[in-house]
Amino acid sequence: MLELENVHVYYGAIHALQGISFRVDEGEIVTLIGSNGAGKSTTLKTISGLLRPKEGRMTYLGKDLTAVGAPDIVKLKLSHVPEGRRVFANMTVRENLDLGAYQRRDAKGIKKDMAHVFELFPRLEERQAQVAGTLSGGEQQMLAIGRAIMSQPKLLLLDEPSMGLAPILTRQIFDIIRAISQEGTTILLVEQNARMALSVADRAYVLETGRIALSGDAGELMNSPEVSKAYLGGR
Amino acid sequence: MSAEFILQQLLNGVSLGSIYALIALGYTMVYGIIQLINFAHGDVMMVGAYTGWYCTTVLHMSFLPAMLVAMLACSVLGVVIERVAYKPLRKSTRLAALITAIGMSFFLEYGMMFLVSPQTRTFPPVFPQTIYHIGPLTVKYGDIVIITVTVCLMTLLTVVVKYTRIGKAMRAVSFDKEAAALMGINVNNVISATFAIGSALAAAAGVLIGVYYNTVQPLMGIMPGLKAFVAAVLGGIGIIPGAMLGGLALGLTEVFVSAIGFSTWRDAGAFLILIIVLIVKPTGLLGQNTREKV
Ligand SMILES: Nc1ncnc2c1ncn2[C@@H]1O[C@H](COP(=O)(O)OP(=O)(O)OP(=O)(O)O)[C@@H](O)[C@H]1O
Ligand SMILES: [Mg+2]
Repeated sequence: MLELENVHVYYGAIHALQGISFRVDEGEIVTLIGSNGAGKSTTLKTISGLLRPKEGRMTYLGKDLTAVGAPDIVKLKLSHVPEGRRVFANMTVRENLDLGAYQRRDAKGIKKDMAHVFELFPRLEERQAQVAGTLSGGEQQMLAIGRAIMSQPKLLLLDEPSMGLAPILTRQIFDIIRAISQEGTTILLVEQNARMALSVADRAYVLETGRIALSGDAGELMNSPEVSKAYLGGR
Repeated sequence: MSAEFILQQLLNGVSLGSIYALIALGYTMVYGIIQLINFAHGDVMMVGAYTGWYCTTVLHMSFLPAMLVAMLACSVLGVVIERVAYKPLRKSTRLAALITAIGMSFFLEYGMMFLVSPQTRTFPPVFPQTIYHIGPLTVKYGDIVIITVTVCLMTLLTVVVKYTRIGKAMRAVSFDKEAAALMGINVNNVISATFAIGSALAAAAGVLIGVYYNTVQPLMGIMPGLKAFVAAVLGGIGIIPGAMLGGLALGLTEVFVSAIGFSTWRDAGAFLILIIVLIVKPTGLLGQNTREKV
């Protein structure tokens, strides 16, 4: 479904991604783990068109993504929930969700998906008219995911959805991720919380300073000594 | 001071303040979206005034069509200015963009002088010179037009920003461009739309000023532009209702400072109020202290 081949990304002189290759197949949950500054967010931003690779190829559903900008990528049904949620804090919950459907014109379908988002996150329905900046961190994360769902993504990129959340909320968010996946949405998940991420994922890639260091079955990686030592707090 | 006198000055102040507010909206919208003080904005107003003058004098149009043509022309001008002068600098320092804006201001002023000569032109009387006496008040036909036009345009703007697709996109882009792009919003188009709307409002103000004072000339945008900028800062730059409030506050201040006999001090009075407000509340009358960006 999504394939990256030897992708290089620079921030000025900083060589942030040094030739990354990986793929995500339809229906999978794939996780990208790695320590701070490894390049996880950079990878997602490159896929969603916020950054341009200097070298390499990206294809999605058979289309070349390399030169497509962010607004047009949303049209291809690929949606990115950025790190730190980035909800529009000056707007209401409802308006945030409306913006998620910015590219769509099918009023009926939008209404149906809105109802679906409220089903996944009843809390958002209660807070529809509330300004997003006044939501709690967990609620903002729900809104950020809900907003992405409003664009009907086939592939959903999630950047650290558990960041700053209490364990109960983290579990809740991971349950939702599972539910979204079961509805047929493919997921690429970036996480600090490697244990949680590996437990929901089918496959995983480990990123180390701009390179893929390890890859494989999520269950296998969970038990591999390297991953266990570096990302799961060792044993 | 009698009550009638105060009421009369109130009316004059609202009339003048409405014009400031219309111009201030453009400053504040552009600042809100790209954090640029568009110093050429007052000159866009001047171009609007000239367009209105041309439409009425040469093409013999009546007021409303002339104003609409001026608004259309200036919205195109605003978009061109942004694309040509500001867009290439979007990633450079704010100082560079600010200096470019000042350069653009000179370009419009002296370009216009070159084009139509620096001579002052007289606006034809497009309104009846009727004066109404409502109770103790003397109301000029022009006052009614200014206030009506301003109220209509502001209502329209408020509805557009609050309820339409482009309005929501504008608010999203002004808050977080990257997140807006992830929603599928074309940020460049939204910035263009903002310039178009702001410039159209300035053009309306320009035609109103031209009609009200009967004259147009190439440097006529400087003072009202500066005043409108003060109004925008006074209300809280980047905040649309703030520009409306700031414009009215400034108009009223000027009129009352003149009315109590200090007409030479009216501009100083306006700036003094600005300074006091900014000392007490640095973000302006309606400004929040920090934007919640968790
Ligand atoms: N805007 C930027 N300008 C310059 N360098 C950047 C920028 N954004 C990221 N970097 C650098 O690129 C590298 C990768 O950053 P990235 O944000 O992708 O890491 P990450 O894996 O998402 O880290 P974290 O887990 O902390 O979110 C880092 O060395 C970072 O300093
Ligand atoms: Mg990151």
